[in-house]
Amino acid sequence: MLQLKRTVLVFTGLSIICGLVYPLGITAVSQVLFPRQSNASIIKNGDIAIGSQLIGQLYTQPEYFHGRPSAIDPPYDASNSTGSNLAPSSAKLMDLVNRRIELVRKENPLPSNMPIPADLVLASASGLDPHISVDAALLQAPRIAGQKTIARSVVEEIIQQNTEKPFLGIWGSERVNVLQANIALERINVRR
Amino acid sequence: MTTGNWLCLILFPLILTILAYPMGVYMARVFSGERTFLTPVVAPVERFLYRLFAVDPNEEMSWKTYALCLVLLNVIGIVTLFCLQLIQGWLPFNPQKFGSVRWDTALNAAISFGTNTNWQSYSGEQTMSYLTQMLGITVQNFASAAIGIVAVIAVIRGFVRKSAAVIGNFWVDLTRCVLYVLLPLVMVLSLILVSQGVVQTLSPSIEVKTLEGSRQLIAVGPVASQAAIKQIGTNGGGFFNANSSHPFENPTPLTDFLEVLGLLLIAAALPFTLGAMSKKRRQGFAIFAAMLILYLAGLGVFAWTEMRGSPLLEKAGIASGMNMEGKETRFGVVNSVLFAQSTTATSCGAVNNMHDSLLPLSGLVLLFNMAIGEVIFGGVGTGLIGMLSYAILTMFLAGLMIGRTPEFMGKKLELLEMAMAVVIIVTPAILQLILSSVAVSTQAGVASLGNAGPHGLSEIIYAFASASGNNGSAFAGLNANTIFYNLLTALAMLIGRFSTIIPALVIAGNLAGKKIVPESVATFPTASPLFTFMLVAVVIVVGALTFFPVFTLGPLLEHLLLAIGKTF
Repeated sequence: MLQLKRTVLVFTGLSIICGLVYPLGITAVSQVLFPRQSNASIIKNGDIAIGSQLIGQLYTQPEYFHGRPSAIDPPYDASNSTGSNLAPSSAKLMDLVNRRIELVRKENPLPSNMPIPADLVLASASGLDPHISVDAALLQAPRIAGQKTIARSVVEEIIQQNTEKPFLGIWGSERVNVLQANIALERINVRR
Repeated sequence: MTTGNWLCLILFPLILTILAYPMGVYMARVFSGERTFLTPVVAPVERFLYRLFAVDPNEEMSWKTYALCLVLLNVIGIVTLFCLQLIQGWLPFNPQKFGSVRWDTALNAAISFGTNTNWQSYSGEQTMSYLTQMLGITVQNFASAAIGIVAVIAVIRGFVRKSAAVIGNFWVDLTRCVLYVLLPLVMVLSLILVSQGVVQTLSPSIEVKTLEGSRQLIAVGPVASQAAIKQIGTNGGGFFNANSSHPFENPTPLTDFLEVLGLLLIAAALPFTLGAMSKKRRQGFAIFAAMLILYLAGLGVFAWTEMRGSPLLEKAGIASGMNMEGKETRFGVVNSVLFAQSTTATSCGAVNNMHDSLLPLSGLVLLFNMAIGEVIFGGVGTGLIGMLSYAILTMFLAGLMIGRTPEFMGKKLELLEMAMAVVIIVTPAILQLILSSVAVSTQAGVASLGNAGPHGLSEIIYAFASASGNNGSAFAGLNANTIFYNLLTALAMLIGRFSTIIPALVIAGNLAGKKIVPESVATFPTASPLFTFMLVAVVIVVGALTFFPVFTLGPLLEHLLLAIGKTF
């Protein structure tokens, strides 16, 4: 009986410390120290929020960089993250991959034997991947340059400016933030 | 593989070892009640809490009282979390207006978080209110981790003490674990996570107008505080459905590095705690070495498999057949491999990639890690308990070979210890095989499959290996949010958890009462490379004998069929 009373006391104490004081305290400190990051790293255009730096968006128009396939239905629904969970031996996966490769080849003028960067045709884990590989971005440069009638070197420079490096050069992969690269493309229009 | 990839795979285990040692020694000081650098800050809070809890810090308990308190706390936690999910619709901190969680899902989640499994059959951002995430789930993340750690501390005391009737005070161990070990680590980690972009807010979801003009609703919440403890406590239950692959739960390579390190740190440090508390430091190293060898062996096979890519993808025209399905660009293949190996070797179960989409041999490594009972570092506390059980088995075998009563760390191992060690090792193994066979032979079990062919079998075995091993990661193509799977995995989690912790406390109590046998020339040296080698061999042999048949029909068959281009 004594231990039962203690259990209730300890559990209540633990709940208050770990379930309220700790998360609410971290929230308060985060809101003061890192207001941008703790509130979803939102990018604004004037007063309108156009997205989060960390969350991918769906792009279908040819003058934008396209991101990775998203397994969420609808794609890039940021309130319902998920991957495809398709097995490597899944016929459905291979069917999807073949169709995506065909689409990439149709949208971009590519040599017929050129291998496609894996990330451009395989769905991400979260369905919200904000990045593509540098190869996947470079592959799209001629198309974008053609659509916007700008030099390919301009697009390549944008890719370079929005490339993020691995941590300490070894942890993680080199990648391009698609939303930021596309915002940079938009700015070119404005400047003209 | 690039040089960076190699460096990553080589440097990471090194960094882990370098940090685990001081962490282990620190925990030994904490649980021996000695002064640490945090004492000036924490001690007043600690004393205040003992007064509040009506706990006398000098009073110690028999193993039975210790076990009773542990079970009571666990049960109250599970019941509370269950109720909280049912009434969350009427409670505050619920900006998305989520209603009650379905009863079977809520029961599964309550048991899952209470047993440190954190198997999730629900989608976090679509189901749980912020209050449930904080007051329910986060609390259980702390409690279940602390319970695991203090259980192994009791076992260590069993080895260290001689002719003693008591093994420590559960409430004191628990309080010290939370105040000196878990809270400081997670406070630092959660703030670093926020600085990198992990969200931490009580605001409702944010609506944005995308570049192409459509509407995107972005789920947010108090994520960092939960993501930190789910790693440190080897819990693994994500705030979001996509867990640590979600950019708000693991936004950069730096957070990824810290999350992998965090999930391994305490589990890897505990062998050194054993060494420090028993004043046999080399014994700590011998056990750590066995864990590290098994970890690296799995990592090697896994990395090799994923770097080779998929023959089907290569044929379809993908550069080097790289298997990026279910992986995030910022982590790439190598860091997805490191995370997945670490999360299944420990019983964490957080994921930064979707395990269901990994190649068959990779899946085999993950299944092996979990199926042998989560002893390669393992869950915080429970991992070392499992490994010590394997050590007891090893010494029994060694005893048979040299014809002496087995001893380990100065204690004679007799019938009771052997029996309990076998219960700890065999129960989860039998459990997952039986439940998997129930699932494959019933309509309710097969209807949930997300993939066909041998991979379907792997999905089912993975589910029960994960539940019985209290891991919590999944081949998530399997729809586990059905009454059948919710109840069956909940059962597996409960049995898996308590068939480890209760027998461990029995061993602790029994060993504490024994005399210390002085070392002689005939004593088998257990702080030696020979012991480490035998321990590794016993783990592999037991695992292989138990699971080889079913692995042949699942991942191995899929691997062979993939090579000849067969799809399902």
